[in-house]
Amino acid sequence: MEVLKQELKENIIEQLNLEDITVEDIADNDVLFGDGLGLDSIDALELIVMLDKNYGIKLTDPKEGRAIFGSIEVMAKYITEHRTK
Amino acid sequence: MSKVYINGIGSISSQKTFGNNDFLEKILVYTNNVIPVVNPDYKEYIDPVAARRMAKGIKMGVVASRIALRDAGLENVDAIITGTGMGCVRDSEKFVSAIIDNDEKYLTPTSFIQSTHNTVGGQIALGLQCKGYNFTYVHASISFESTLLDAKLQLENDEANTILIGGVDEQGEHTIAIHKLINHIKLEKIETTKLLGSNTAGTIFGEGANFFVVSNKKQDSTYAEVLAVETYNTLLETEVLNTVILFLKDNNISVENIDAIVLGNNGDIQYDMFYNKLSSGLFKDTQQVYYKHLCGEFNTASSFGIWLASKILKTQKLPEAIKINKKSKENYRTILLYNQYRGENHSLTLLRKC
Amino acid sequence: MSKGVAITGMGIISAIGNNVTENYQSLINGKKGISRISKIKTIHQGDIMVGEIASTNLELEKQLGLTSDNNYSRTALLGAIAAKQAIEHAGILDITTYKTGLISATSVGGMDRTEAYYYDYLKNKDVQKYIEGHHAGDSTQKIAEQLGIKKSLVTTISTACSSAANAIMFGARLIKSGKLDRVVVGGTDCLSKFTINGFKTLMILSDTYNTPFDENRKGLNLGEAAAFLVLESDKVVTAESRDVLAYIKGYGNANDAYHQTASSENGDGATLAMQKALEVAKFIPADIDYINAHGTATGNNDLSEGRAILRVFGDKLPEFSSTKAYTGHTLAAAGAIEAVYAVLALQNNIIYPNLNFETQMKEFNITPQLQLKKKELQSVLSNSLGFGGNCSSLIFSKKQ
Repeated sequence: MEVLKQELKENIIEQLNLEDITVEDIADNDVLFGDGLGLDSIDALELIVMLDKNYGIKLTDPKEGRAIFGSIEVMAKYITEHRTK
Repeated sequence: MSKVYINGIGSISSQKTFGNNDFLEKILVYTNNVIPVVNPDYKEYIDPVAARRMAKGIKMGVVASRIALRDAGLENVDAIITGTGMGCVRDSEKFVSAIIDNDEKYLTPTSFIQSTHNTVGGQIALGLQCKGYNFTYVHASISFESTLLDAKLQLENDEANTILIGGVDEQGEHTIAIHKLINHIKLEKIETTKLLGSNTAGTIFGEGANFFVVSNKKQDSTYAEVLAVETYNTLLETEVLNTVILFLKDNNISVENIDAIVLGNNGDIQYDMFYNKLSSGLFKDTQQVYYKHLCGEFNTASSFGIWLASKILKTQKLPEAIKINKKSKENYRTILLYNQYRGENHSLTLLRKC
Repeated sequence: MSKGVAITGMGIISAIGNNVTENYQSLINGKKGISRISKIKTIHQGDIMVGEIASTNLELEKQLGLTSDNNYSRTALLGAIAAKQAIEHAGILDITTYKTGLISATSVGGMDRTEAYYYDYLKNKDVQKYIEGHHAGDSTQKIAEQLGIKKSLVTTISTACSSAANAIMFGARLIKSGKLDRVVVGGTDCLSKFTINGFKTLMILSDTYNTPFDENRKGLNLGEAAAFLVLESDKVVTAESRDVLAYIKGYGNANDAYHQTASSENGDGATLAMQKALEVAKFIPADIDYINAHGTATGNNDLSEGRAILRVFGDKLPEFSSTKAYTGHTLAAAGAIEAVYAVLALQNNIIYPNLNFETQMKEFNITPQLQLKKKELQSVLSNSLGFGGNCSSLIFSKKQ
């Protein structure tokens, strides 16, 4: 799980081009969207592709993403339970 | 009808122009056929969260527009009109190649969104929270002149009082590679100062963003009055001279009144004769100016010409590096600009000192 | 200065017809042009539906009399066909008699060829002719050439899904200001893998027929189309004794300044655009007899636009409907397609049904017009809303 969380943080920073942010800046329970890290609906779409590509999880409704991408903790838990690769 | 003034300018080009202080006192000379811009520190102007999804073209456009606004002493404007030939072409390339390379799988939206031509104008509006009129013109080498024409109509009829206009284009690797293949870019590398004497086909490609605040009110910062702008989708080489004569006549200006002519020569032996029709004829005794050796050729390169002419009129200085001939004057009151690209999409613009 | 901006000719090619008459017949007969995609090979074939034009590129080239060495993109082909129809419809025999310009709109441009030959360009000389056809202005240059417009004001607007509405708006202003006597305005966009995949990444493509303003709407169907209108000044109308089809009375453009792609929840930009258009027309909301909504059937658009319509019209809401269920969303062409439909509505005193509607949206209680309706119409308002917060409204009227 810890490895997955680290991997998620690295991927999020890279995929979303968060230039000034390091892995250490993101705590496991930090809110990623809105006031937290400041991510928005386009970032959510980027993360949906990441779920598909890296973990074989397909979401069809972008609204599902909102709950899943609540924090690194929540994401890691969801991925662990649903991953197909 | 109200008059139209250029009240603020902002330029990001292959020269160090973003500072707005000096005027081409030190020229950067390149020895290549594709030249990049001198980047300002974009972080000084753009919040990192907003910047994370900004293509180079967006960054250049946003920063050049901020510089122009600051120069005009404004926080916001009534309208934003952007010109771009290709939009954020790197993202277009990124998205097309991703479609092909990944067989339409695992594509992400960011590059698609940025490939939309009006993404620069949209991001400037978003940043300024400007809910006014917002247009983007995408017509090759008159993309920028279209923005000037649109703004001029609105300002003359008092439909708006301040408008941000600009031209922006960025370079993309694939676009450059294929334009080399069809010889739009010179095959050989060339020292930019020797561009006009190159005697070969093609030109050097550049990129950049030049933005302006235009207004129907004159103020201390005013650079010039925009007297006229006309565009022509076609002109034969033999029609250029008469078109210019008619244009001047329509605006009640004689050739003797033109203190300098700013020409879009880009060193392409196949097309520079359009300019030669004017420089070796009607305007042979007029101070002739060129600039594409400084900024390179791109769809909105003529916006750099307007930046240059605005600077000349305000500072009354004409840097050595841009002189084609030596016919300097004490005073520069009226400047004519002519541009075309590969024989199409010609434009004539007339600026006057205030 | 010309007071009136008269529409004197129209041309159109879309998924529901190859000309104005065919489009009108489909509209009043409720005939949709939405199907599974056949002309572009895509892995999404099974999970999207589109509004595709039946003719192949070869057929279109033949129709235009082009030789095989031409480098027309499908966008240029469709645009040239629609624009030529418009000129013919207006009865223009010699386009050089008056100062005539062309304002076209496109978002795709020559992308259909670029995506087909992207890597081939680097090794195959035969396809390199399409390189110059990629940029958006190229299709416009070609249309101008087809119409015989030379030495004139010819430009292109690209503001995503509001592009053609903005081309019409700019054209109207050029006539009003006296800058031109006549201007051909409109837009053209072909289907491409680029847009299909682009909208797919935004997850706003429906896997079935699009259902504008329906509670359970699943997204849009992309379409391809081109439409052009001839606008003429009072001077030309009088001198040529033209039959005026309708007038452009009002226009407004505003930016939502909310988000890169999504519309604001309350439709600020759309509200401003409609208000401006009414102001230019010197109208009150009650002067509008029918609204042709943008209504793309995405969750976001229909809610935002519906709220904006309510903000502007309140309890004076006339019938409204979206025709996207017929044609799909034709992107940069949409504003011109729907301008043609608005003029046809005025000419025939007809309101088109909003097809595929089943369930009332829960956020508000306004319902689109569901059946074909005869009604005496004086003025129609048409909305076009796009990415980058771009919002436009046009008002068409029978009277000047």
